[in-house]
Amino acid sequence: MWYVLIAVGILACAILAISAKRLLISAIWLAITSALVALMLFLLGAPQIAVIELSVGAGLVTVLFVFAINIAGEEVIGLRSALPLPLVWTSIVLAAGLVIFFIIRSLGFVQFPELTGELAASVLWQERYLDFLLQVVLILAGVLGVIGLLSHSKDVHRMENKA
Amino acid sequence: MNLPIPFIVLLAVLSLAGTGFYCLLFTRNLIKVVVALQLIVKGVVLAFVLAGHLVQNESLAQTMAITVIVADTIVAVIGLALAVQIRLHTGSLDLKALSNLKR
Repeated sequence: MWYVLIAVGILACAILAISAKRLLISAIWLAITSALVALMLFLLGAPQIAVIELSVGAGLVTVLFVFAINIAGEEVIGLRSALPLPLVWTSIVLAAGLVIFFIIRSLGFVQFPELTGELAASVLWQERYLDFLLQVVLILAGVLGVIGLLSHSKDVHRMENKA
Repeated sequence: MNLPIPFIVLLAVLSLAGTGFYCLLFTRNLIKVVVALQLIVKGVVLAFVLAGHLVQNESLAQTMAITVIVADTIVAVIGLALAVQIRLHTGSLDLKALSNLKR
């Protein structure tokens, strides 16, 4: 069964992504997780989302990670929490308890409906037109923010070189 | 063993969110924090599409998922740029290097 294999793969890749010592390896495992998530989205009948997830999640974000790791450099910091350990374990146990509770409650599932798989363009362009505009503004803000942050670093370097 | 498909997808969602939250609680590396956020948001996107199927409103769920992916990418970009800046200014990616108030 494909779904079980993909779900197990997602879990394995996610665990490898967070437990990898080197950041670059971690980013690559994250990309593989993203590809598997895209595959599952495709099987669920959402091919457009799968394509966006694959190109953005596995492509663009991975390139950004590699770029950032190259600039910032590898730095191995062990998995030692900045939070107090009892708090961490209490929240993990609480979360696991909640998950088990919801799984037990949701065992009687709704029947899986027939897939239509069409992204109704009218929803995106008419009902959620305002949200769509907001996304455009968000992307612009992100690009401007990155330009601001990175150009600032060049100025600092120039000033450091002069001084 | 014949599990229903929504159940398996829900397990994938929970595993993504669980590993992401675990990493968010445990790690001190700024870039690892962005990795953890990415994992959580992947779970959220999967959950959106699953929820759209269960209530048979796929179009709305998919447009929501697009919005989430866009917002998540911007968060990743800004987070990584901030991490690079912090590395340049403090010389470390450690979260503890940021806290000047203690000690």
